[in-house]
This record gives sequence, structure tokens and C-alpha cells, in this order.
Amino acid sequence: MSRRSRLDWSILLWLAAVVVLLFLVILPLGWLAVTSFQAGDGAGLTAGNYVTAFSRRIYLEPIANSFKVAISVAVIAVLMGTPLAWLVSRTDLPGRQFIRPLILAAFVTPSFLGANAWIFLAAPNSGLLNRLWTALFHVEHGPFNIYSLNGLIFVIALYSIPYTFSFVSGTLELMASELEDAATTLGSGPFRTTWQITLPLALPAILGGFLLSFLEALEVFGPPAFILIPARQQVMTTQLYLFFAEFPPKIEVAAAYAMPLLLVTVFLLYVQRRLLGRRRFVTVTGKGGVRRVMSLGRWRWPFFALALVPPALSVIMPYGALLLVSLSRVWGRGPLAPGNLTLYWYRYVLIDNSETRVAILHSLEYGAAAATIAVVVATLIAFIVIRRLVPLGSWLGFIAMAPFVVPGIVLAIGFFAAYTHPPLLLYGTGGILIAAYATRFLPIAFSNGNSVLAGINVDLENAARTLGAGRIRALGAITIPLLRRGILSGWLLVFIPALRELSASVFLFTPRTQVITTKMFDFSDAGNYEAVSTMGIVMMVVTFAIVLAAFRFLGRDVTRSTAVAR
Amino acid sequence: MIVLEGLRKTYGESVAVDSIDLTIKDGEVLALLGPSGCGKTTTLQLLAGFLTPDGGVIRSRERVLSSRSGVVPPERRNMSLIFQSYAVWPHKTVRENVAFGLQVRKVSRAGIATRVGDVLKVVRMAEYGDRYPSELSGGQQQRVALARALVVEPQTLLLDEPLSNLDANLREEMRFEIRRLHDTTGITMVYVTHDQAEAMVTADRIAVMNGGRVEQVGSPHDVYEKPATQFVASFIGRTNTLPGRLVSPGVVETAGGQLRAQDDTGAAAGDAVAVCIRPHHVLLVRPEAPTNELRGKVVRHAYLGESRDYVVLLADGTRVRVQAPPTSEQAMDAAITLYLPVAACRVVAS
Repeated sequence: MSRRSRLDWSILLWLAAVVVLLFLVILPLGWLAVTSFQAGDGAGLTAGNYVTAFSRRIYLEPIANSFKVAISVAVIAVLMGTPLAWLVSRTDLPGRQFIRPLILAAFVTPSFLGANAWIFLAAPNSGLLNRLWTALFHVEHGPFNIYSLNGLIFVIALYSIPYTFSFVSGTLELMASELEDAATTLGSGPFRTTWQITLPLALPAILGGFLLSFLEALEVFGPPAFILIPARQQVMTTQLYLFFAEFPPKIEVAAAYAMPLLLVTVFLLYVQRRLLGRRRFVTVTGKGGVRRVMSLGRWRWPFFALALVPPALSVIMPYGALLLVSLSRVWGRGPLAPGNLTLYWYRYVLIDNSETRVAILHSLEYGAAAATIAVVVATLIAFIVIRRLVPLGSWLGFIAMAPFVVPGIVLAIGFFAAYTHPPLLLYGTGGILIAAYATRFLPIAFSNGNSVLAGINVDLENAARTLGAGRIRALGAITIPLLRRGILSGWLLVFIPALRELSASVFLFTPRTQVITTKMFDFSDAGNYEAVSTMGIVMMVVTFAIVLAAFRFLGRDVTRSTAVAR
Repeated sequence: MIVLEGLRKTYGESVAVDSIDLTIKDGEVLALLGPSGCGKTTTLQLLAGFLTPDGGVIRSRERVLSSRSGVVPPERRNMSLIFQSYAVWPHKTVRENVAFGLQVRKVSRAGIATRVGDVLKVVRMAEYGDRYPSELSGGQQQRVALARALVVEPQTLLLDEPLSNLDANLREEMRFEIRRLHDTTGITMVYVTHDQAEAMVTADRIAVMNGGRVEQVGSPHDVYEKPATQFVASFIGRTNTLPGRLVSPGVVETAGGQLRAQDDTGAAAGDAVAVCIRPHHVLLVRPEAPTNELRGKVVRHAYLGESRDYVVLLADGTRVRVQAPPTSEQAMDAAITLYLPVAACRVVAS
């Protein structure tokens, strides 16, 4: 017992992680709740904010709109995503190996960028498709109007298809063909089998896709901000923005208005977890089994044409439009007008305009800082939880995952409320954006850290301790080197979404702390669409460059890279 | 010498280790043998300092290593542990794995190089120093784990089911290898296993554990030939158990009649006990030595080449297994007499 009194320094490390976690998550969510009950003049508590938020017609209409959009989006996304998944994973559809990466490309495209692209394509008069239409049919007006609820539904649905697609194709690929063969041997034709066996087995995945699309449409801010605000129609998220944009900002009403959004999100994510976690359809996870593809016969090419529609609408046409606009001196003159084709806007964004340059640097800077904070905190917390270092450790894990159920825009209101008060006056600094990104994407870092740590046998660390290394040394010499790859990929998983985060950023930025996305929002507000699309392209190029670099680096064998590092 | 006194560890309601008393002598190999869930691994984790006991103490000479109020952390107990999973670090070469403990102890570079080289020779891995663990077989990884544990010259080496991840052939070879390492280094070893053959080959003494308690401690010969409890008798080797009541020391009334047996239990007349006898001690012809007799009927018969195995059903429904010489052919359903030599019958606590 004589030497036991030496302090275990690792305790301080755990303590620091827990404190940061509480600051990042509990503080803003707590302030959000408190603020929703504060009187506007700061005098005492009141339920008045809730009355204001939910009694006026102009505030109730956005709620109805939000649910209309969410339901329509979910239905469309499932109706398009499910057959697409089936065609790609279970049939001999021509070119199916190209469809998959295109869907992935849609998945990594921020939906607000897609919304902008569709403005270029389908704005009432200036949209490229409308101009093509009027030129072809010699009529006054084209038929498309993106500035409408239907336009919004269309755009969000396009970028929600990947959820259903990846859930359903994941399920179908695990399903052994024997399940279908059993029906076939009983005399069932291929389409009856698909309808009565395959689809029902994929039902949990389809429902999962439906719920996630629904949620995404409910809490997304970018597309409605770009599409609906010019249309003078609102959904909940844009209405929340208007509470802020007014002078003086009605933070308290916004906080109250955000509560139902938060509750619905929590509830639906719970349902989705139950649904996918239930594993009642055990056969779907069945191992072995051969998976054969179904022959489409003479339907191959018609189906091919159909399968090409979603990728064309969500990737090929939008990126084409973005490129065209970013390369046009003046978008309205049309891409083919003489002297209009230019790199002017790239020069403008990257070199001439100091504000955009600073915004790009800010994005990289804040994203990197947030990713570092999130990964360090999340890894330490995951460590505490997995190694059961403290009683009630699982609660820490729960807190770290909590931001997952909070829409970015709601989190932003909490941050605004929390960091305009002591002890941390972060508003107006880059710190508030860093904290917001770190919090928003903490669950990604945490679940990544969790799965990486779970893959490391605790014996590896204990072996170091029996050989005389203390906790910290064992962590530094064994655990962290083993985690390095996982930690790096966790860092990227936070950095990339932080780089393109819009919904919290627009609430928290100030002119001195512009980032890429808020600058795009400003440009769009000012009608400078050439600059919007140029920045969008730059943002995607930067993202892909980072991902590619990371893949090259991570792709190396771990033992080799350790050898090189030494 | 390490002493465990009244050592106890619980997890909520379940008792993993239930007041164990055990002495580990310097330089011996002690095996903790028992079925899974008997508390042997928990005992080892307590010894290593990864767990804090709920009661009792662990002492090394006069120094208290573990007690309810605190635990000397693993890194300061001068014990090495061999893990079931080997826990060879995949990001370090063989040499780096072995050198780690010496680096922690701030041994000079030159010192590390010599000692690592020496210990790799002892485990016959000298030519693999620059390999990564992924380039080694299971047995080789096991040797690396042994080298890594031995190079720091610990007072005690703890081994947690070290051979259970190896295939059968290698397992047999490594049993002797571990015994050889002990004989060359003279290190004290505590060896956890569920495999009785492994314990018998490697250990000087075996502590048979069951339900969180130590049922018997003794030499391999003792625990096999003189089991103290019914559990020990049945866990180590095959045995026949005939339950009954003690009439007087060495005499037990069973359902099939009165049996005479060796009795070290110190049980009192009237206590519930059992008589155990190994199948190969049961005879089909009357021996010269004093013997018990039981009558029964052959209900199962298997010819195994080296022996014949019979299952004999006694009148009261007890089944007795007999391992007889291959020449002793008995027909199915034949009524026969079994001879249970008194010297081979043992009274055990039930």
C-alpha cells in the first residue's frame, strides 16, 4: 500500500473530456430550454413565447408547410429509391455499376447546392430549362417554377433518394437468393416473387429510408432558404431564420418555436431505431447463400432509361448547370452568348475578392479546429464508456450522441442563447462556429471512436500495464497508435460536413467570421448567382481533394505506415 | 510467496470469487483449474491488479498488494501476464514488442538489445525479431508474448488460458515448452486453464476451482488419485459416483449396498457422502485384494481396440462405467458382477 498514494494523472484527462463534453452539449441545449421560457425583456419566466409562436396564423402556416413537404419528400424518395435499389442490386440492369457511384455523388452533394443548381435550371424565366422550352416551342413562358413548395419538394426529394437507396440495396444484397428460389419452386413467377417475398423482406429498410427522408425534409434549412424565401413562403426552418433576422431578433420565440421540431425529431429517430434494431427479419442478415441477379430480358433498356432519371436530375444536370453558370460572365445572357464564357468568377472568388478568400480560409480553419476538438473529446469519452472507467459512463455516451437528434438550426439557437451569456462569450468570434460544428458532428466522431475502440482488445493495453507502463503511457504507446487510422477517419468525418455546414452557420456568423456557406448565402441574397455557383464548385473540389488525399494516406497498410513513421 | 486470504469479488448479485485462501510458493507452477465461470480468471485479474477485491487481501511477503481499500496498480506489482489473446501489439515488431517493458524501465539501448536477443533465443524466436505479428503463426505469437513477459524478469508470471487459441498439436508442444521455460528460469507461475491435461503437464500443484471456491489444492497425482470432493473427482478424469451415507469412517451405505472405501474426509457418521471409483479401476474378475461387489446388467458396450467400455446398470438404477481389457468380452444384457477394490474406492464429500 506504501506507493499507492501516487496520483493517477489519467483522472485529470478524463475529467477534462467530461467538462468539455458538458460545455459542448448540455450548455446550449439547456439554454435553449431556458430561453424558450424567458420574457423578451429579460424580466422573469413566461409561457408567452409558446403562445406567440403557436397562436398566430402566419407562424402556423409554416408548420403545415413543413409537414406537407416532409411527407411528400418521403413518399417520392421511397417510390424512386426502392425500385432503383432493386434494379441496381438484383437485376442485370445495364450500366448498374455506374448508377451506384452517381447515387453516392448525389449523397455527398449538399442539398443547398443542389437547390441553387435547380434555380439555374428552373427559375421561372431565366432558368436554362425554361429558356430551352421557350426556344423550342416558341411560347411566352416555360412551364417550370422552382420558387414554389412543389419545387422545394422536388429538390429535397432528389437528395433524399440515397437514404432509401442505400438502406434497401444493403438489405437486398444480404438476402440469399434461396428465399426467392423457394417461392419460385412453388410456382411463383419472378414478379410475384419480387412483390410478395423480396419487397416485404426489405420493408424495414424501406421504412427506415422513409423516416430518414421525412426527417431530413423537416429539418433541412438550405433548400427552403434558397428556394422559398424568394417565393415569400415559409417552412419551420425558414421561419426560425426570420425570427432571427428581424430586428430586434426574437430569440425567445424562436426557442419556443423550435421545441416541437426537436420533439418530432427525437420521436422519429427513436421509432427508426426500434424499427431497424428489432431484427425480426433475421433471414435478411443470413450468411452464405448465393445471390443471383434477375434477368430483365427485353425490359433491360426501358428500365435503364428509368434508372438514369434520378442521377441525371440530382447530379448530371445540376453540376452541369453549376459549371455553366460559374463559367459565365453574366448568367442571364446565356452560356452561348459571345464573350460570356470566362474564368472571371474563379479569379474573383479565389484571388480578387478578399472576403471570399477569407471565408474559404475560415471554413478550413474552423472545420479543422472543430474536427480536432470533436475527435479528441469523442475518443476520450468513448474510451471512458467502453472501459467502464466511471460509474454511469453510459450516460456520457448518451450525451455525446444527443446532438444527433437535434436539427442543426435548433442547435444554433441553443448556441446563440448559450454563448451570448457568461461564462463563455463566444458570439462574434470564430469560437462559436467551432463549438457549433464540434457539437453538431460530435455523434459522428463518437460512434466512429466507439466502433474503432471496440475493435481493440483491452488486453493489448493491459499487457503494457503489467510490463510497468502507467495508464497514460499505455494509452500513448499502445492504444493511440493502434487507433491512429480510425481517429484520422473520424477527423475527416467531422471536417467534411463542417466545411459545408449551413444551417447553424447562418445563425452564428458575423461579418468578421464568414465561412464558405454563409458567403454563398449572402451572394444568393444579393442575386450574384455566378459567385454562388463558383464557390459551390470550389467547395466541392476542396472536399474531394481532401477525401482523395485521405484515401491515399489511409489506404496504406497500418504496419507499413508505422514503419515509415519511424 | 504470495498469499491470498479470504479473497472475494462480486459483480452485483453474482459472486465471482468467494473467499479464496491460497498460498503460491516461490518458484512453483500453480495451476488454477476449473470449468468456465468458476472464478479462475477473476482470481488471476485480482492477482494482476486489474480488479479491486470486495473482501480479503493479497500479500506478497509482508507487502499488501490488494485489499478492499486499495490496489497496487498492475504496473507496480512486478508480475507479467500472458493473455489468452496473446495481446501482441500489431503495430510493433517482435523486437519492439519485447523491448517495451525494458524501455519503460529505462534500460540502456545496449542493455535492451542484449536482453531482447537473449530472451528471443530462449523462446526460439531469434530469427523473427523484425517480423510484425501479422506475419507470425499463432504459436509464434504465443512465444513473443512469453518473451515479452519474461524479459522484464518479473517475480511472478501469470498465464490466462495461454494455449486455448492454439490448435491441438501446437498446444501439446507448448505445454512442455512452458514447463521448460519454467525449469530454465525458475520463475513463479500461476497458470489458469480449464484443461486438466494441460494443468497436469505444466503444474507442480493444482488448485481445482468451482463456483468461486477452491475445492482442493494438491499435486497432480493427489488431485487425481485422492480427490477431496465429488466435483474434483468428476472434473479431473472420468469417474463413477455412488452417492450414499457414511456409516462409519470408510464405510458407506449406498443404494446398491454397503461399500468400503479410502476415507480422508473426516466426515461424521450419517453425513451425505459419495464413493468414487475410476472406470479403469472397476474389475470384472475378482482380485486378490479386498474388494466390494456390485451386481448389474450390461446395457452398453463399445470395443475401442485398446480397451472395452461397458455401461452396467445396477438394480437401483445407478449406471457404472467400466473400462476393461479388450479380451474381456461380455454380451449385451448379460448379468455380471463388478468388483470395486477397496484401495481404489474413495469417500468424497458430496
